[in-house]
Amino acid sequence: MSTPTIAPVIELAGLTKAYNIGTPVETEVLHGIDLSLAEGEFAALIGPSGSGKSTLLNIIGLLERPTGGRLSIGGRDTASLSEAEITQLRGRSIGFVFQFHHLLPAFTALENVMMPTIIARGAADDEAETMALALLDAVGLKAHAHKKPSQLSGGQQQRVAIARALGLKPRLILADEPTGNLDTHTADDIFALLREFNRQTRCACLIVTHDPRLAERCDRIVRLVDGHIAGSV
Amino acid sequence: MKLRLPFAPLVALRFLREGRMQTLLILAGTTGGVAVIVFLTQLITQLQAQIVDRVLGSQAHVVIRPTEEANRRAIDDQGFASLVEPRAQRLRSVDQWESIARLAAGMEGVTAVSPVVTGPAFAVRGQANKSVALMGVDAERYRRIVRMEEYMVAGRFAVDGTRAVIGSELAKDLGIRLEDKLRVALPNGRDEQLQVGGIFDIGNKDLNRRWVFVTLPLAQSLLDLPGGVSNLDLTVADIFDAQAVADRLRGATGLTVDSWMQTNAQLLAALRNQTVSNNLIRSFVVIIVALGIASVLVVSVVQKQKEIGILRAMGASRSMILQVFLIQGAVVGAVGSLFGSLLAFTLLNVFSSIYRNADGSPLFAAELEPRFILMAALVATLVGLASALIPARRAARMDPVQAIRS
Repeated sequence: MSTPTIAPVIELAGLTKAYNIGTPVETEVLHGIDLSLAEGEFAALIGPSGSGKSTLLNIIGLLERPTGGRLSIGGRDTASLSEAEITQLRGRSIGFVFQFHHLLPAFTALENVMMPTIIARGAADDEAETMALALLDAVGLKAHAHKKPSQLSGGQQQRVAIARALGLKPRLILADEPTGNLDTHTADDIFALLREFNRQTRCACLIVTHDPRLAERCDRIVRLVDGHIAGSV
Repeated sequence: MKLRLPFAPLVALRFLREGRMQTLLILAGTTGGVAVIVFLTQLITQLQAQIVDRVLGSQAHVVIRPTEEANRRAIDDQGFASLVEPRAQRLRSVDQWESIARLAAGMEGVTAVSPVVTGPAFAVRGQANKSVALMGVDAERYRRIVRMEEYMVAGRFAVDGTRAVIGSELAKDLGIRLEDKLRVALPNGRDEQLQVGGIFDIGNKDLNRRWVFVTLPLAQSLLDLPGGVSNLDLTVADIFDAQAVADRLRGATGLTVDSWMQTNAQLLAALRNQTVSNNLIRSFVVIIVALGIASVLVVSVVQKQKEIGILRAMGASRSMILQVFLIQGAVVGAVGSLFGSLLAFTLLNVFSSIYRNADGSPLFAAELEPRFILMAALVATLVGLASALIPARRAARMDPVQAIRS
C-alpha cells in the first residue's frame, strides 16, 4: 500500500465531539482523533457499537460539527466555513452511501441518481441524465432506471445508492455499513462495486463495516474503540 | 421527461403526489373554502347591485330643492317665553334654477341634470277621480335620470302639448288605454284635458298609480309656477359618490340637496351590514382553510423527515428545503382556488335555477366574473404560502443527522 505524498483528502487533528455540553449529562464521544485519508485510499472504519463510528463519519461528512480539533477537507479548514458553504462543500465533494440506502421513495432510480446534480445545478439537464444513466449502467441497473425504489430489491437499492453517491464525482465517499442489511453474496457485489469505482475515479473511500471479511480487503483498517483510534493498519 | 423542473418545485410536486390521501384532503378543504368565498361574494355583489339598481331605477341620485321656509322671531328671545310654530311649506321654485342647473351640470361627477315641476293633482275620468303627482319634465332630459323608456308598456315616453304619460295602475283604475283622454284638476281650480301617449310600469305599484308626466310649461302653468321648477334631478357617474356630490352642491348653492344615500339611509345601512357579515364569514373561511393547509403540511414535514435529511446530506440548503414546503402550500392554494371557482360556478348555476324573482326571472345570473377567479387564485395562493411558512421553517431547521436516523 502506497503512502500518501500529496495533500490528503481529509485530515483530522485532535478532533473531539461532545454532546449535551454544559449539562450534567455532558458526554464526550470522540477524544482527540488524528486521521488522514489520501486520494484513492480505500479504508475501513471498524469498532464495536457505541465506539463513535457513526459520529465520526457524520463529522467527516459535514453533517455534524466537531466540538474541538481541526477538520480539513481537500486542504480547506472547515471551522471557518459558514452553514451555506458547508452545505455546498458537502454536496459537491462528498458522496454518502447509507446503511439503509436512503433513496427518495417518490423518485425513480434515475432521478435519485441525478438528485445531487439537481441540487448542485438547480435543475437536471441532458448531461446529468446521460451521466446518471451511465452510472446506472455501471452498477448493472440500466434496465431499472425508471423504477421506484420500492420496486427494487435490497441489493439493487444499494447499488442505486452507490450510483447516486458517485453522481457528482466526489473526492470522498463515506459509506455507513453499506452492506449491513444484505446477504453475503450481495454484500460482496456491493463491496466490489465500491472498490472498482475507487480504482477508476481515485476517490478516497471510508467505509464503516462490521464485517471483518470485508475490512480485510481494504487498503487500510482504522479501528475505533471508545472514541480513540486504537489502531490504523 | 424533457420538462425539467428546478429542484424546489420538482420535489414539492413529487411530495404532494406521493402523499395522495393528504393532498386530496387538503385540496378538498381548500376547494370548499374557495367555493364558499367565491359563491358568496358573487351572489351578494349581484344581489346588492340589483337592489341598488332597483331602488335607483325610479329615483334621481341627487335632488336639489329650495330651502325650507322657516318662521323667525322678530325680537330676541332673551327674557321672553315664545312659541315658534313650524311653517307650512308651499310649493316654490328653485331660485335661479337655470344657473344652478348649469353649475350642477359642470360639477365633477355629475352626468345629467333634469328640471322637474311636481305638485299634487287629481286625475278625473267620468265619475272616478284619483290623486296623482303631476310631473312636468323635459322627456329627453328626464330619461337620463330615470330610464323611463325601459319601463314603457305602451306608447312612448314623450310629452308634448297636452300629451301625457301615465302609469299602468292609474290606467287600469281609470280604464284608460293609449290615446284616451284624461282630465287633471288642481286644488287651485285649474284643469286641463290630457291625451295619454304612453303607459309605463316602473315595477312599483304606488308610482304606477301616482305619476302623471306632462310637459314642463304645462305643469308650470297648472301649478302656478311660471318659469320655475320645484326641483332639479341629477345623475352622478358613481352612485356611491352621490353623497359627496350632494355635499358639494349644498355648499355651493345653499339649497336643500339630498342624495339617494340619505333618502335610503336604512337600505344603505342594511347593505353595509350585509357586507360586514359577508366579510366576517370570508375571513373565518380563510382562517380555517389556512389552518387546514398548515396542519396537513406540519404532518407532512414529520413524515418526510428522512427525505429532508437525505436531501440535506446531498447538499440541499436550508432555503431549498424551505422552498419545497412553501411551494407545496402555494400549489395547494392555487389548485384549490381553480377547483373552488369551478365548484362555485356550479353552485351559482344550480341556485340560479332554483331561486327566482316574483316574475319568474332568475334572482341572480349564473356568471362568474374572471376578476373574482383571479382574485380568489391570488388570495388562495398567498394564504397557502403563508400557512406553509411555519411547517416549512420547521423542515428547514431540521438537523440532517437526526432526520436520517429517525
